Amino acid sequence: MTESVITQEMEDAIGVESKPITYSIEKNAIMRFAQAIGDTNPIFSNEEAARDTPYKGMVAPPTFLRSIAHVEDTNEPEKTIKSPYSANVDAGSEWEYFEPIHVGDTITSTTYLSKLEEKQGGKFGNMLIMTRETKYINQNTVIVAFQRTTGISYQP
Amino acid sequence: MEQTYFEDVEAGSSMPTLRKDPTSQSLVKYAGASGDFYQIHYDVEYAKNNGLPGIILHGALKNAFLGQLMTDYVGHNGTLKKLTCQYRAMDIPGTPVFAKGTVTKKYVSGDENIVECDIWLENNKGEKTTPGSAIVSLPNKP
Repeated sequence: MTESVITQEMEDAIGVESKPITYSIEKNAIMRFAQAIGDTNPIFSNEEAARDTPYKGMVAPPTFLRSIAHVEDTNEPEKTIKSPYSANVDAGSEWEYFEPIHVGDTITSTTYLSKLEEKQGGKFGNMLIMTRETKYINQNTVIVAFQRTTGISYQP
Repeated sequence: MEQTYFEDVEAGSSMPTLRKDPTSQSLVKYAGASGDFYQIHYDVEYAKNNGLPGIILHGALKNAFLGQLMTDYVGHNGTLKKLTCQYRAMDIPGTPVFAKGTVTKKYVSGDENIVECDIWLENNKGEKTTPGSAIVSLPNKP
């Protein structure tokens, strides 16, 4: 076992919430997302047809909120923990949904690093495994979704 | 859109397979729509320098395919409550992937009809590259 790559600074980043990001749920962004994933469900692309469903209008597909994380850099905790490795891959994702996300909603998200683990001699050699948790809250201060993602950073 | 009812399903029921044929263009579209511009998803040389065989599907895109599998399954009157997946193996553009699922459990909790499912993404060799699970609620038959 060589020396740990997890520094005190990284340990200290665990549980620290990111600056909140606020994002408007726009119709065209949802349509573009649905088109990109090839989903033709009218609740994601047709305002008129969506009005005749229990949603009463267009809503976001289940993984759409992921795109909020890329709006600003501040939501990337790995930037603050400085992994010693340069490459990253996604390892897994867990979503919990509480309320639909409608066009016109304003969603605020905050993320924190919940777990850091290292593994030596894994699939990608030495790896740093980071788990992050993100909370999404709408304009009525209702938590609409929760996501836990796991990412692996490694040295190519 | 077809509606699945609680009465229609039982443990062991499978859901309709969703076939996807992602191309390199799909990955660029997904990058644009999601804002994830990590180069391993569209720059072959960059991907190879990162120890990958070539460009690979975004994990989040595979997650989106499994999301569609479930929103198709629950219809407009059902609700997706939980969606989980692990990216165990890479998928590459130019070959089809198949989103599949089976019901593992059904029960009533409070006023909700809960159905738990095993879901996964399979490549064209039949390997489960992205196993996961989902919890949904389904309406009763009118």
